[in-house]
Amino acid sequence: MATDIKLFNSNDENAWCPGCGNFGILNSLKKAFSELDLLPHQILISSGIGQAAKTPHYINVNGFNGLHGRSLPPALGAKIANKDLKILVTSGDGDTYGEGGNHFIHNIRRNLDITHLVHDNQIYGLTKGQGSPTTAKGQVTTMQLDGVRVDPFNPLATAITMGATFVARSFSGDVNHLAHLIQEGMKHEGYALIDILQPCVTFNKVNTFKWYKDRIYKLDENYDPTNKMEAYKKANEWGDEGIPIGILYRNEDATSFVDRIPHLRDGKPLVDREWKPLDAKKFMEDFR
Amino acid sequence: MRYNILIGGSAGQGMDTFSVLLEKILKRKGYYVFSNKDYMSRVRGGHNFIQIRFSTEPVYSYDDELDIIIGFDQNTVNFHSDKLKENGVFLCDENVKWEDNRTITIPMLKIAKEIGHARVFGTVGMGAVLKILGMSDSKVDEVFETKWEKETSESNKEAFKRGYHYVESRFESKEGTAENTILINGNQAIALGAIAGGVSFYSAYPMTPSTSIMTYISSKETEANLVVEQAEDEIAAINMAIGASFTGVRTMTGTSGGGFSLMTEALGLAGITEIPLVVANVQRPGPATGLPTRTEQSDLSFILTASHGEIPRMVLAVKDPEDAFYQTVRALNIADKYQMLVIILNDQYLADATQTVDEFNFDNLSIDRHIATASDIDLENYKRYEVTESGITPRVILGKIEGLTVIADSDEHTEEGHITESSEVRIEQMQKRMKRMDLLREELIEPDYFGDEDPETLLIGWGSMYGGLREATELLQKDGHKVGSLVFGDIYPLPTNLLEQYSKSVKTIVNVEQNYTGQLAKLIRQETGIHCEKNILKYDGRQLYAKEIYSRIKEEVL
Amino acid sequence: MNYNILIGGAAGQGVATTGKILESILKRKGYFVFTNKDYMSRVRGGHNFTQIRFGNDELYSHNSDLDIILAFNKETIINHSSRLKDNGIIICDYNIDTDNYTVNKLPLIETAKDVGNAKVFTSVAIGAILKAFDIEVNNTTNLLNKFFKDENLINLNYAALVRGYDMFKNVFTVSEPKLINKDTISINGNQAIALGALAGGVTFYSAYPMAPSTGIMKYLYSKSNSMNILVEQAEDEIAAINMAIGASYAGARSMTASSGGGFSLMVEGLGLAAITETPLVVVNVQRPGPATGLPTRTAQGDLGFVINSSQDDLPLMVISLKNHQDAFYQTIRALNLADKYQLLVIILSDQYLADSSSTIEKFNFDDIKIDRNIAKKNNCKYSDTYKRYEYTDDGISPRLIPGNHNNITVLADSHEHNEYGNIDESKKNRINMMDKRMNKIKLVKKDLIEPEYYGMNNPETLLVAWGSSEGSIKEALELLSKENVSIGALVFGDIWPLPIKKMIQYSNIAKTIISVEHNHSNQLAKLISQELQIKFTDNINKYDGRQFSGYELYKSIKEVL
Repeated sequence: MATDIKLFNSNDENAWCPGCGNFGILNSLKKAFSELDLLPHQILISSGIGQAAKTPHYINVNGFNGLHGRSLPPALGAKIANKDLKILVTSGDGDTYGEGGNHFIHNIRRNLDITHLVHDNQIYGLTKGQGSPTTAKGQVTTMQLDGVRVDPFNPLATAITMGATFVARSFSGDVNHLAHLIQEGMKHEGYALIDILQPCVTFNKVNTFKWYKDRIYKLDENYDPTNKMEAYKKANEWGDEGIPIGILYRNEDATSFVDRIPHLRDGKPLVDREWKPLDAKKFMEDFR
Repeated sequence: MRYNILIGGSAGQGMDTFSVLLEKILKRKGYYVFSNKDYMSRVRGGHNFIQIRFSTEPVYSYDDELDIIIGFDQNTVNFHSDKLKENGVFLCDENVKWEDNRTITIPMLKIAKEIGHARVFGTVGMGAVLKILGMSDSKVDEVFETKWEKETSESNKEAFKRGYHYVESRFESKEGTAENTILINGNQAIALGAIAGGVSFYSAYPMTPSTSIMTYISSKETEANLVVEQAEDEIAAINMAIGASFTGVRTMTGTSGGGFSLMTEALGLAGITEIPLVVANVQRPGPATGLPTRTEQSDLSFILTASHGEIPRMVLAVKDPEDAFYQTVRALNIADKYQMLVIILNDQYLADATQTVDEFNFDNLSIDRHIATASDIDLENYKRYEVTESGITPRVILGKIEGLTVIADSDEHTEEGHITESSEVRIEQMQKRMKRMDLLREELIEPDYFGDEDPETLLIGWGSMYGGLREATELLQKDGHKVGSLVFGDIYPLPTNLLEQYSKSVKTIVNVEQNYTGQLAKLIRQETGIHCEKNILKYDGRQLYAKEIYSRIKEEVL
Repeated sequence: MNYNILIGGAAGQGVATTGKILESILKRKGYFVFTNKDYMSRVRGGHNFTQIRFGNDELYSHNSDLDIILAFNKETIINHSSRLKDNGIIICDYNIDTDNYTVNKLPLIETAKDVGNAKVFTSVAIGAILKAFDIEVNNTTNLLNKFFKDENLINLNYAALVRGYDMFKNVFTVSEPKLINKDTISINGNQAIALGALAGGVTFYSAYPMAPSTGIMKYLYSKSNSMNILVEQAEDEIAAINMAIGASYAGARSMTASSGGGFSLMVEGLGLAAITETPLVVVNVQRPGPATGLPTRTAQGDLGFVINSSQDDLPLMVISLKNHQDAFYQTIRALNLADKYQLLVIILSDQYLADSSSTIEKFNFDDIKIDRNIAKKNNCKYSDTYKRYEYTDDGISPRLIPGNHNNITVLADSHEHNEYGNIDESKKNRINMMDKRMNKIKLVKKDLIEPEYYGMNNPETLLVAWGSSEGSIKEALELLSKENVSIGALVFGDIWPLPIKKMIQYSNIAKTIISVEHNHSNQLAKLISQELQIKFTDNINKYDGRQFSGYELYKSIKEVL
């Protein structure tokens, strides 16, 4: 069973550069939604600001294109408001790991049932090529002419250390692999982080399509994603030694955020809550 | 009959519990109670005090002349003894020394230890206070029984009795007659208003003095089937609230000081996405951390223009707990009606001041969501930001209608919600949003007026200045001055009818505000050209009280 | 004589570079040039354009009437041909499908390929434009040096220029350039601010990339090694302003900048600078909001916000930039005032000024002074402990740099504090400290610069504007003066505290007062009403993200009069 993938086509004009990795991610999203038998109105994509954050415009699902760095908090509010919605977050490395760093850390603690796609091209695209949180140290950019001075952020190792329950990496150049991971992430009852390696054809001349293609390798069946220490090791593999893609870590035993609130877990979605002002009258007793 | 009691001590001495119980007993005895807190930004030590004023008539604000002081520490003598009336009583334990014939020393701690619970020493003092006031011990047992388990309650009853019999009566108290009242502070009233008004999701970050709104709503989470989320920071708090509101539930957030500053970017997000949102700002003195546990009305100018660019917004200030309750419900309905941002201004004084007010009337409250259903819209051609005559577009709940998706965008957007840079669309959408400011004028509530029918001097204030101005006006009128006061609740857009009317005939207009620059007066000048010739301003973190306003008006204005 | 050229195309087609090359050739040839950019918030596609005006008189703003349109795509012709003058021309490659009869289709790309690289078709086009004005292409190789590193590319582009020149015809007559061998510069608003910051001694600059303010950081970063300063790209704007405050506290002259939502995120930090009395200059390069709004466009929509930004009343000064000269000199002045009064100074620029470049007289560096106003140890009255917030007659406490003096520590605090910087909640202290801080508003009034007045002596109509509107105001006034309209304009640079003398003077003369602002709610007019109770007869607003051109404003004024 699958829904018609064309249902997810948007008629908004696309502003990405030809050859941008975002297209692969967009196609993977549509494929995953279709294969999961979902309809557009059942899904919400929340995003921040950046080229990746324009994704909700180019796919026909509900969309919340909010502020820079703030893709996660509205997703949390939305999930609490309507636990039946399938919620995804799509934003870039700068948006998620830089401007929105605090939200990234604390949403791992919540284990909210959302799927978080970080379009990680290791550069600031929309502001024209400055170093991002994941740009390699020493890499020359349009601004850091003598190379980036600070060490790159390791999102997967951070997430695993913080106790994230689904930590994965994929590549925008492999639509099938990514679509599969998105489906797995969406099936996972909790927070699913998918860091997606993605070339920026305009501003990142180092981490090109070929650069990624030459280095990535898929984790095979022998890899045990429930082994946290192993996952941490894999999260630290980078560069010429190879970059693992696939599900690095998965813990299906943790309780998701909504299920930690009994009345939300057992009741109707909050958006269907029935409430009259008179229902609150009893609370006046607190003040007698 | 009106008495004023001050309880002073250091943080951690149990003064909060003491005053809550005493207030409750007095309230149940049928008195009108008003209490306010003055506490320092620390967990232990320092000097804090609580003032409880009560009467057989309604009380609107605090006063500085004391009938009884209860001193738990020596600082109470240092800081407050000069405020004790000639016939007043200073009540203290043996550890506090004040060589004054008004002092009554009771071995509170010693008695408490005899009972077997050192912690009940305050209750010994409470017994003494009621006796000194010439009151019976009625209502005491029931208040204790609701507060504590049996064993603790019994020890406290014993302690109360011992204190009660230790002293002689000094004052006479009439029977209280207030019926169908509740005793509530400003923040609790906002919280109760939020619950009654149908808030399903409240997100905030702990920040004094706004935190107790979150605490109260949170305590009803399960019972009322709502969710309170303590966010990782204020930016998350407001963005969560916006996300939840976008998804269709009624939401609210609250903060103070720097927390509000952190929210300013997202105010614009709510504005451009036309998402209903109520934000409560419980003001405290700044700039930056400033005086975290004290009061001021100094965020008005900031809030009127907070966030880059221009958005429609409504700003209302709450005047007392009753107002706080009803205005919160109203704010929630207005936010939904116009799909806009409504900011409620409160301040630390009102947030923490407890007052006896009439029971809230829940019967006439309504929750008006103004949400369109599938049958209200043309499914094929639905556009979330369609330009309509009123500027308001039907809003549906996303995920509920098959074949319909909704997109909200922080960029300038088309009627469909997609990013645009077109000059024409920008102008249309800007006008669409800003039209709300005209619509709102129909909703405005004029300021309260009290005082002389034909005043020569007009006092102007807003929000929590209500109580002080009300009493001050009465005092000035008693002296034969032709004085009236206008107290604004709705502030922006500014209701101007009464202001224009009174300003024509009065000789002098005086703004009375709890800030440095006279922020309401600036707004009034900007909007109407009416100039307040004199001003009574205070910015030391303590609320102006009636007699203070009265004497400053006498000295500086009349 | 002045001409107006528009170069349009999709993002990524080289519109900006083509504009820059043409602009620098015209400037080098001795003309006054004014260039502004209109680009979309995207990396590829969309529709971007650059407008280049040049002539023999000083130019203050862009213009809407076009003499030449150079179109890299069809959309450019569709969008802009209505603005072409009757005798104007359109140039495009002959492969572009258009039925517009005025179009001169030239073999731009084919010629470029013939020269050796299809990419240099833009230089072929520049050559053709130069021919249209009969401006020779000689002596341009040394200019091409600035744009291309590769010798081969320089030669290819030069060859393309020549081929383009030879391919086309002369259309317009130009007079002899006035600026030959004059020492002028061509600079945009952001670069002028950055250069001002360097000249003014900024040693630490922290910011987060945010259009349209990023150009300041980029320019400063490019000079950071040679100038021995530090530029830090922060993780967000909150970090950026707090870093700058920390550096300033520690003694470095520091500055930060942002735009739109980035400035909103900084507001809590503004209060911190104020209560700690840490000198700080913050540049807000305005763009249209609310929220993300129109990221690459222009607005004057933050004035009301900026004056009152951050909770509670705090002393601050707001200076708006009127033009490119101003951007340089006012940045230096802001830095000095910030140190002099240990004050927060906010500079308001906007995308229009930030991205438009103008031919101006070169800056005078000789008279620039850096006044740090940092105290010497023996100027401080102290016994055991240094009082960072010591009460003085004017409220300015001697400022020592932490770590510079034996046995002296410097304590700054975001709470209300006493003279030592320790937390103090007492009434008396609070009042004294508030008075001390707010007194700076009075002090800074002595340094205020009154608005510039343009126009007739006793105008019946007074226009009131601020910042970058100056250019279009001046040009609109010139047009109106030709029709003998009795009109003048006050253009505010210093805006908070509000300089009031000229405003009072002219408001007493004029019968009609009209505000001209690039925002929706007449923010300067509101401020003037608030401060002076002066009522405005009318308001002219533009809030579509584009700047008024002189002619457009002239027409709007005529409508109102």
